[in-house]
Amino acid sequence: MHNKSIIRLSAGLRSGDFSSVELTRHYLQRIHRLDKGLNSFITVTEEQALAQAQTADKLLAAGEGGVLTGIPIAHKDIFCTQGVRTSCGSRMLDDFISPYDATVVERLAGAGVVMLGKTNMDEFAMGSSNETSYYGAVKNPWNRLKVPGGSSGGSAAAMAARLCAAATGTDTGGSIRQPAALCGITGIKPTYGRVSRYGMIAFASSLDQAGPMAASAEDAALMLQAMAGFDQRDSTSMQQQVPDYSGTLNDSLQGLKIGIPKEYFDAGLDTGVRQSVEQAIKVYTDMGAELREVTLPNTGLAVATYYVVAPAECSSNLSRFDGVRFGYRCKDPVDLEDLYKRSRAEGFGDEVKRRILIGAYVLSAGYYDAYYLKAQKLRHLISQDFKQAFDEVDVIMGPTSPTTAFAMGEKSEDPVSMYLSDVYTIATNMAGLPGISIPCAPVDGMPVGLQIIGNYFDEARLLNVAHQFQQQTQWHQQLPEEV
Amino acid sequence: MSFDQSEVEKIAHLARVAISNDEAQHLTADLSRILDLVAVMDEVDTSGVAAMAHPLHMTQRLRADVVSETDQRERYQQIAPATEDGLYLVPRVIE
Repeated sequence: MHNKSIIRLSAGLRSGDFSSVELTRHYLQRIHRLDKGLNSFITVTEEQALAQAQTADKLLAAGEGGVLTGIPIAHKDIFCTQGVRTSCGSRMLDDFISPYDATVVERLAGAGVVMLGKTNMDEFAMGSSNETSYYGAVKNPWNRLKVPGGSSGGSAAAMAARLCAAATGTDTGGSIRQPAALCGITGIKPTYGRVSRYGMIAFASSLDQAGPMAASAEDAALMLQAMAGFDQRDSTSMQQQVPDYSGTLNDSLQGLKIGIPKEYFDAGLDTGVRQSVEQAIKVYTDMGAELREVTLPNTGLAVATYYVVAPAECSSNLSRFDGVRFGYRCKDPVDLEDLYKRSRAEGFGDEVKRRILIGAYVLSAGYYDAYYLKAQKLRHLISQDFKQAFDEVDVIMGPTSPTTAFAMGEKSEDPVSMYLSDVYTIATNMAGLPGISIPCAPVDGMPVGLQIIGNYFDEARLLNVAHQFQQQTQWHQQLPEEV
Repeated sequence: MSFDQSEVEKIAHLARVAISNDEAQHLTADLSRILDLVAVMDEVDTSGVAAMAHPLHMTQRLRADVVSETDQRERYQQIAPATEDGLYLVPRVIE
């Protein structure tokens, strides 16, 4: 059952081939059997899942519900889930039972999905390898000595191992697309403001965006349909119509103008990954698409700019964790300052502390203009690069990540080398644009992601362009061994 | 650009994070390397470029100034480390 698309699972549920309870048990058994070796889940909500599945079965029996009714999915543990521990991968929230649901969780529940559990992630979504989680590293199902990417590495690994039918993720600098690439699945980061951030624990508020991680663009379209749309509880949510994402999946790509940015094929790109991506682009020209060289001249500034903007916003957002209202509190504080300082010192891991301190520094008196304001100006230049490119082309294509999955521990001691693994994904967040990663030909048995970047609110086209590739290729159907 | 350890200790104090001497040494090295990475920003002339705070240059919308939230104090205080009589408890601030 776990090899079926959501549409086929939904058809099976509706025709009575299997019930949602049976489907849910199937995934729960897979989690019990396979996740010890992967560590992709922090919390498995077996009881709630079976209860939700029973409710779904009643709806289905009455001929009600939609395409997602009874489909078992997993949520990244950054989304607040009422009554269920929401840890954000941190000791700080190890015992945090959320008093409310995130909008994404509420909407998917409203669409009838079954929640299997909460997936592992880099602590507070800060990392590109899933090694910063308080709950231990996640292993890449394709090779357990390698990282799954991050920060949505648990969702990516769970999806790659087919421990769920789909999963949610969040992307601040590549955290959906990079793990999707490294684990061989499909992941889309929508336009900033497309999906509500309410109840999604904030890291960098001007960059964070939620999106689905799935086996295919077709499945991702169904998930995004349920997740997207205006939410008055998120002050940056966009009042934009949500199109029918499934309705345009089969549109022809004849005459599609694809921009190829030379900066994304630079010396830092692994040769095998380059060949795989070029081969994927050839599939598009065979379908009638046209290639245009475009330039994104400020690409080289994106990582630097990000490591000012994101830590600045993180230091501000994470100031709420004070040991007073919720979350971890240190033992026997001698005074209020000691309570704050030790609760935060003991509750946060090393990477989170590094970013809080960098953020506090770039926002501090005397440095604000040189760092934060400067970065915001560069952000403008980065986003203008894209604007100019999209005057010429419909989508931009390149690699999602410069290499395939790297070895556990390879970059964890060197924060800067870790940061550079997001070199091709960060600029999209800086500009607020949507991007998708889909599997193309593997290199030495490890998945490679093709990244497709679209114009604002053009998710429907990204899904269409991705789906057409998946009609011509089978890379997205390949599964790791033991799965 | 590099930090010295006393600067890192000052920032950690501002951010209310306790750090040991050992951690301060590591952080001094790590943060200096991050600032080296960031230094590439200085190579670009940004005079005349407007700062971009929102990816779509939008201002935040406003809503009518009416009560939209109900009182959920008890529910929210259930997850607090220490409360009493509807108040959050912290170590004594005023002697």
